[in-house]
Amino acid sequence: MSAARARAWLLTERPSSPLQAYLGRQYLNARRFLANRTATWGLAIIALLAFVAAAAPLLAPYDPIAIDLNRSLQPPSLSHWMGTDEFGRDILSRVIYGTRVTLYIVGLVLVLTAPIGLLIGCVSGYVGGWVDIILMRLTDIVLAFPSLILALAFVAALGPSVENAVIAIAITRWPPYARIARAETLTLRRSEYISAIRLQGASTARIVFRHIVPMSLSSVVIRATLDMAAVILIAAGLGFLGLGAQPPTPEWGAMLSTGRKYLLGAWWVGTFPGLAIFLVSMGFNLLGDGLRDVLDPRSTR
Amino acid sequence: MSAGAGIRLLLRWVTILPITFLGLIAVTFVIGRIMPIDPVILIVGQDASKEAYDRVYRELGLHLPLYEQFLIYIDDVLRGDFGMSISTAQPVIEDIKRVVPATLELATIGTVIGTLLGVPMGIVAAARQGTWIDSTIRVVSLIGYSVPVFWKGLMLLLLFYAVLGWTAGPGRIAVYYDGIVDVRTGLLLVDSLLAGEIEIFWNAVDHMILPAVSLGYAASAYITRMTRSFMLDQLNQEYITTARVKGLAEWRVVLFHAFRNTLVQLVTVIALTYGILLEGSVLTETVFAWPGLGQYLTKALFNGDMNAVIGATIVIGAVFVTLNLTSDILYRMLDPRAQ
Repeated sequence: MSAARARAWLLTERPSSPLQAYLGRQYLNARRFLANRTATWGLAIIALLAFVAAAAPLLAPYDPIAIDLNRSLQPPSLSHWMGTDEFGRDILSRVIYGTRVTLYIVGLVLVLTAPIGLLIGCVSGYVGGWVDIILMRLTDIVLAFPSLILALAFVAALGPSVENAVIAIAITRWPPYARIARAETLTLRRSEYISAIRLQGASTARIVFRHIVPMSLSSVVIRATLDMAAVILIAAGLGFLGLGAQPPTPEWGAMLSTGRKYLLGAWWVGTFPGLAIFLVSMGFNLLGDGLRDVLDPRSTR
Repeated sequence: MSAGAGIRLLLRWVTILPITFLGLIAVTFVIGRIMPIDPVILIVGQDASKEAYDRVYRELGLHLPLYEQFLIYIDDVLRGDFGMSISTAQPVIEDIKRVVPATLELATIGTVIGTLLGVPMGIVAAARQGTWIDSTIRVVSLIGYSVPVFWKGLMLLLLFYAVLGWTAGPGRIAVYYDGIVDVRTGLLLVDSLLAGEIEIFWNAVDHMILPAVSLGYAASAYITRMTRSFMLDQLNQEYITTARVKGLAEWRVVLFHAFRNTLVQLVTVIALTYGILLEGSVLTETVFAWPGLGQYLTKALFNGDMNAVIGATIVIGAVFVTLNLTSDILYRMLDPRAQ
């Protein structure tokens, strides 16, 4: 099939199958997405992050945790593009392997927060009444909490580790998802097709999970992307304070905290990991901002 | 907005604020219970006798049922009793009173800088919506969202203190000026002026610049975005068209008509920013060795001083929660779309 015919098939006014209609919609979304420079830049950065994380062993010139005290604190050079740290470890290799730690943290936080928020929000919006009032009050309360400070206190109590940092971050970051999911559910609940499904005898659980949750996903994706940028900063902050990944794990925040000790004598130790944190956080912000323009026609901001 | 809606929002604020406080206290109570360190051993030491251990155990109220412990805990917190700090051997509340002014001073100046940067950028972005100026401002504010505060602090120190030598380094005041000025308000900029010590004042300003700019830029990112969106709401309304049709200069329309109507909403955003900066000060103060609540909290973390950690968390949390909820309610009251 030629490209022109493929396009015509995708954009037809009368799709002959649900699949065709679905693909056509996705095609339009993709075109709008690619026309949005903010979003494509963000996606490019995140794709790069994913690629570097996947190919870390191939890309890293050295072992990220191999200590070589004879080569400690060397400035950037041809053999060590980003220099070496106080144990003579190659900073470029550590930054490269650090992408894995970052993705791991972000992924775990997402896996914990988005489903909790979606569940609470959809149930709250669909069931209504007292359940709604109680769940939304709970959401409002947690939403007003300062997440960095509480994460600090939680990790201080649980003991420093990546997993504890993830739990501590997740505890305070599900409410926005719950709010979005509830708002979407309230709009959908009154729509005719949901009534039609209910009349066919579908259970509440089926309506919530098979029909309402999938419909609120696009708003959740936008929110999640923007949230990831903040999560990366909080996780790096915890690492910076020694509350995240423990040595010798190449975590960017922890590397930055070493860099602080050697700031005046060896600027490169802290500069590059910080640049990596900034770049990835910027990637998620750009993508989220762009996605909002593309997927959410209501917001023109 | 009708009076009824206003009263409903006020009632909401009056009910949700205490409930949220209670939630905050409950969370810190849980944090205090889940820690793997035995609080009794922390006080009496590893080799204490069984009697001493039991005595402290009862003094701490650990033999009571959990809900009674929680009620006692709430009572203590409300009276400002967070226990003793094991690193300073002072009541935690006294420590906090001592360090809070430094943080307030920094967060206030940071908010001022953020407002002075963010509001004009937001106005210009809205007035030039869709142009390259708008996109540039958007990127500048996205960068503000994305830069880790502690890294920004380190880079500022590296460039302006270590390399260029334009500003003072870490700390709040040069060592040789430390403790000269009488503490009246605790705000060094004010105290030094009250004492007529101009040199000390300028030294304090010198130390303030980098951390305040660092926090201010982060604040400006949020303020810019909100200003832009409030301005766009106004600029799309009919009275603006009327003003333009009357032949008013565009800058007059933007500043005297549209901007004036966003002022009240902006105040709520700035209040919210202030709360965010208080939280952000934890990392910034650590980088700049700023002797405020944030540095107190991180030092307590390293010393395993849980009373101090929880005390500082509650204080920062309480201010944050109050500003957050108040600005949220005010925002809804003043939202023109609700009228």
